[in-house]
Amino acid sequence: MNFALNLNYFLVLAAALFCVGIYGLISSRNVVRVLMSIELMLNAVNVNLLAFSNYIDPQNIRGQLFTIFVITVAAAEAAVGLAIILAIYRNRQTIDMERFNLLKW
Amino acid sequence: MPSLGTGVQFVSFFILSALIIGASLGVVLAPNMLYAAFLLGFTFICLSGIYLLLNADFVAAAQILIYVGAVNVLILFAIMLVNRQAPETPVPLKKIRDGIGGIVCFGLFSLIATTVVRTPWPYSTEAPVTNTTLKIGEQFFTNYLLPFEVSSVLLLMALVGAIMLARREFVPDQTVTGDEPLVLPERSREDLEPALKKLPVSTASEE
Repeated sequence: MNFALNLNYFLVLAAALFCVGIYGLISSRNVVRVLMSIELMLNAVNVNLLAFSNYIDPQNIRGQLFTIFVITVAAAEAAVGLAIILAIYRNRQTIDMERFNLLKW
Repeated sequence: MPSLGTGVQFVSFFILSALIIGASLGVVLAPNMLYAAFLLGFTFICLSGIYLLLNADFVAAAQILIYVGAVNVLILFAIMLVNRQAPETPVPLKKIRDGIGGIVCFGLFSLIATTVVRTPWPYSTEAPVTNTTLKIGEQFFTNYLLPFEVSSVLLLMALVGAIMLARREFVPDQTVTGDEPLVLPERSREDLEPALKKLPVSTASEE
């Protein structure tokens, strides 16, 4: 049996992490947990980018550059998202996703 | 960085993968939000181990600094600011909805995994760069200078936007000129109480 890692292992791991993130996104009712699921999905994307960078483009490592941009955008997204949560919480006194239905009708 | 033997890499990949999947399931399913946040930090640390296996030492350090040091702490603050132990009102068909969501996610995972295994990837035979930090800096200041500068503007916008959204403002009076002032209004609790009663709620049996 061959004990060398290849691209497929990392891609399958990233797919599993991404699907766990999607499940958390659609099933959780706490807004903060939804944000945490989004962070998980962004990290799955980072694993994908780094795996491609290492196995397909090892000289220019463009995947690592994209990962750094993704990390930057994720930090900005987390800050703005948490500020929005605080604003909603002050106005509606709840963090339940099922009660954020002002825009639905 | 001296590269590890292939057997060591293989074993550490599987240990890290098991920890990552277990901890991320804990993030999604843990009943206590605080445990979920700490498990999220643990997931980030294990992911930086995976990045080290992929020869990305600079990104692994950035992952620990930014995700564990900044984003996770921000999430912990958010939990402590908004954690009100209110009993969750029951939602109709919650179990069935979660079950359907789980089935869809598993289907998506099998689809991606099948695609990954069947695709013939164009593996490169070049040797990986030895000093990734040097290469990343070189790329940032030659080919990717514009995205680099734009990301600094994005961070500034996020900073200003977050302060603007999160600061405390009460419902303002009209300005001197008579037009609406540019603030995000927050009503005091007494004003809000009758308005909340009139809002549509998802379950009729709640009130």
